[in-house]
Amino acid sequence: MKSQLSVVGHRARRVDGVKLATGRGTFTDDIHIRGLLHAKLLKSPHAHARIISIDTSEAEALPGVRAVITHENVPRIPYTSAGQSWPEPSPYDMYVLDRKVRFIGDAVAAVAAETPEIAERATQLIRVEYEPLPAVLDFHDAMNDGAPLIHDETESYGIYDPAHNVAAHIDVEHGDVARGLAEADIVVENEFFVQYQQHTCLEPHVTIALFDEDRRLVLRTSTQIPYHCRRMIAFALEIPVKDVHVIKPRVGGGFGNKQEVVTEPISAVLAMRTGRPVKLEYTRLEEFTIARNRHPQHIRLSTGIRRDGTILANSLNVLTNTGPYGTHALTVTGNTGTKPLPLYRSPNVKFYADIVYTNLPIAGAFRGYGAPQGFFAMEVQMDEVAEAAGMDPLEFRKLNHIRQGDTDLMSAAAGEGAGKKARVIHSSGLPECIERGAAAIGWHEKRGKPGDGPIKRGVGMAILMQGSGVAGDELAAATIRMNEDASFNLHVGSADIGTGSDTTLCQIAAEVLGVSIEDIVIRSGNTDDITFDYGAYASSTAYITGTCVLKAAEDARNQIVNQAARMLQEDPEGLLVHEGAVRSLSGKSVTLQEIALECLYGEDKTVVIGKGTHATKESPPPFVAMFVEVEVDTETGQVRPVEVVSAVDVGKALNPDICEGQVEGAVAQGLGYALTEEIQVGPDGQVLNPSFMDYKIFCAADMPRLTTILVEAEEPTGPFGAKSVAEIAINGPAPAVSNAIYDAVGIRLHSLPMTAEKVLAALEEKQQS
Amino acid sequence: MKLSVTVNGEQQEWEVEPRQTLLDVLRDRGYTGAKRVCESGECGACAVIVDGLAVDSCIQLAMQADGCSITTVEGLESNGELHPVQAAFAENGAIQCGFCIPGMVVTAANYLEENPDPTEDEIRHVLVGNLCRCTGYKKPVEAVLQAARGERSE
Repeated sequence: MKSQLSVVGHRARRVDGVKLATGRGTFTDDIHIRGLLHAKLLKSPHAHARIISIDTSEAEALPGVRAVITHENVPRIPYTSAGQSWPEPSPYDMYVLDRKVRFIGDAVAAVAAETPEIAERATQLIRVEYEPLPAVLDFHDAMNDGAPLIHDETESYGIYDPAHNVAAHIDVEHGDVARGLAEADIVVENEFFVQYQQHTCLEPHVTIALFDEDRRLVLRTSTQIPYHCRRMIAFALEIPVKDVHVIKPRVGGGFGNKQEVVTEPISAVLAMRTGRPVKLEYTRLEEFTIARNRHPQHIRLSTGIRRDGTILANSLNVLTNTGPYGTHALTVTGNTGTKPLPLYRSPNVKFYADIVYTNLPIAGAFRGYGAPQGFFAMEVQMDEVAEAAGMDPLEFRKLNHIRQGDTDLMSAAAGEGAGKKARVIHSSGLPECIERGAAAIGWHEKRGKPGDGPIKRGVGMAILMQGSGVAGDELAAATIRMNEDASFNLHVGSADIGTGSDTTLCQIAAEVLGVSIEDIVIRSGNTDDITFDYGAYASSTAYITGTCVLKAAEDARNQIVNQAARMLQEDPEGLLVHEGAVRSLSGKSVTLQEIALECLYGEDKTVVIGKGTHATKESPPPFVAMFVEVEVDTETGQVRPVEVVSAVDVGKALNPDICEGQVEGAVAQGLGYALTEEIQVGPDGQVLNPSFMDYKIFCAADMPRLTTILVEAEEPTGPFGAKSVAEIAINGPAPAVSNAIYDAVGIRLHSLPMTAEKVLAALEEKQQS
Repeated sequence: MKLSVTVNGEQQEWEVEPRQTLLDVLRDRGYTGAKRVCESGECGACAVIVDGLAVDSCIQLAMQADGCSITTVEGLESNGELHPVQAAFAENGAIQCGFCIPGMVVTAANYLEENPDPTEDEIRHVLVGNLCRCTGYKKPVEAVLQAARGERSE
């Protein structure tokens, strides 16, 4: 089958490419809705305060204002904004609007009005009396005795230890780490600090909520999780699931920030109150201040090795700042341990974490989902361990990394896979990734040659693994129907948020049905379709929904073959579907169009509708070996990445263009995390740099040369051998850059982002010592 | 106030408020290719061509364009044919979410008028005002290069 693929594995043009290139890709806010009202939020100026009173009378009296909502007139039902399967593993600690505010920017009230300007003006007319409370503004203080309690309300539930501001907690051990460290010849211990990173999806969060002619709530919303959103909104607003219809239009980037219900609850309540369509769209300022961020962490690693370089014990200790709400608190930090720890074989492994509340910006899901933090620490640590063992970091990794056939015990012990089956590594192209990546960057030629002059050069590396969906916690359903012209409508519940999954899924269907990709008309992410899907997160769509589409297409193909068998008077066993026709071994054939017409209008009428559902306990890891070359200016501290080589084992590149694009985009985001991006927060809890001017993401001229090598270690459980590709590469730049800086100038940076100031300070410290 | 502009070759007389930006006015009238992202001229997703110059329409008042000729991303096609930059973006896997793409396409198309034979480095510097969070810029830059080469060979 592999050699005969005609659609899968090809650089098929994206099914949505032309409409997006011509500006016709219709995003949530691109349509005109008659009678649309605009919503604006009144936000807290305090990091932590109780609301004593709210007077909305002046705001309500402003002409053009249609509704004002506060905690006094909305139901107070605890929920979580984290879009995960039910029951969500995140604490139910949020309210549509609450009596307390827990960070600067927390919503106090919302207004719906005829124009955005009137809505904004009305928010300024709301009089609020606050009782400011002491706040937790350093996450190291959160668990202290006597620390201000952020969730002192009794209605919230699912919080690990509200009396100490602990949202979630992890404590897992295999073997005996204390003994392993005691028996080790060499022990290396380090601490690492990682910052808030903002997704900066170009399209902000935006929802248009309205009640249709059947009094059902329609949410046209920029989301990664249409089906979770439907269920969660029904829960938070106490309405039946059947009365909620979520439509995902084109989405302008998600990266995890839209694996949350954010603008949906308030817009829905305002639509309910006014009987009119209501749009709530975050401004860029709101994206930077009140949406979600990558969790800051303080990580400690202890690693013990034998003199020969084999690892005896590895212990990871994490303190995570989740901000005022515990959305994705347990599972993000779960990944901080469960992704990097199993990458290295060790008889003794420990993972301990506290995820604590603070009165700082909200953290949540962000591409990589805890793994970027963990891999930054682990991959710098492994470089230092290798050095302590007197080994080349590449050779050290080759000696210790996980192998095909190994069992990943961590996957069953912590995180979302907790309590489930430990995963066995069925496929691994990691050795090939290391070899080819090292050759492409010139590892052996360039290592240890910083050069003369003030600008030094260095190369560094990191190896990575991720998952393909959440093991044991994924489900997808798809339907596919044949039309008169032998075209097919494919309905999937998944959400193409820019990843190209609509195209990949069309390729899979086209391959199975023996047609071209242009013959497939896809619709995704509409909860009134006969589909289901957990959504676009955890690098799941190609692997999970892809298998589901494979099954649906095979079901349709079987029906087509049976019909053809009747028409050709042949045994269906010997029939092949290929290039728009069904052919028998004896040379007879009938076109798909003839079959379609016979099905729809012939003697024995039937509609060819294939369906597939797919769930699995597997989550095969893709692997990456990433190599970075940097220039370090020893006079300014400036670090310039020169080249990034990503060798990526994707199982099977269903569409190489899309796979490369995922890797290249993840590298760009990862370079920002490594070098420039940080949401800075002032001593009062205020975000200090809420604009693209002050929050620096990489632009076209900042980018180094990117080389992406796709390695295909066929995964037996994946569609056409595929594993995932969307997230993994974002884990690599931070550690690889840090390791490259060490190669260039001999300083170890353990704190992100690695700014010129930090580099210069470390260079000065090195000179003095 | 009365705004008199030519948009994609069509003469328009629009009643606008003096405080309205060009982006708001265009989007309200159905030219939704230009996107609202930062509203401060930092990202380029709202770029349109005004009298031959690519500008961020989010920081230009609509009335500043009075009497001008505007080309939006919707107006780049001619005779049903995609502009070479649009075709190259669609062909090359240069588009992911697509939200920044209209701005990038408009900026690149406008630049190729001025410099039909750019180097990769020149393209990267022209696109510094067009932020993209999906692609890492490699494929978009390659698409612009390909469009430029295609234009030359015609």
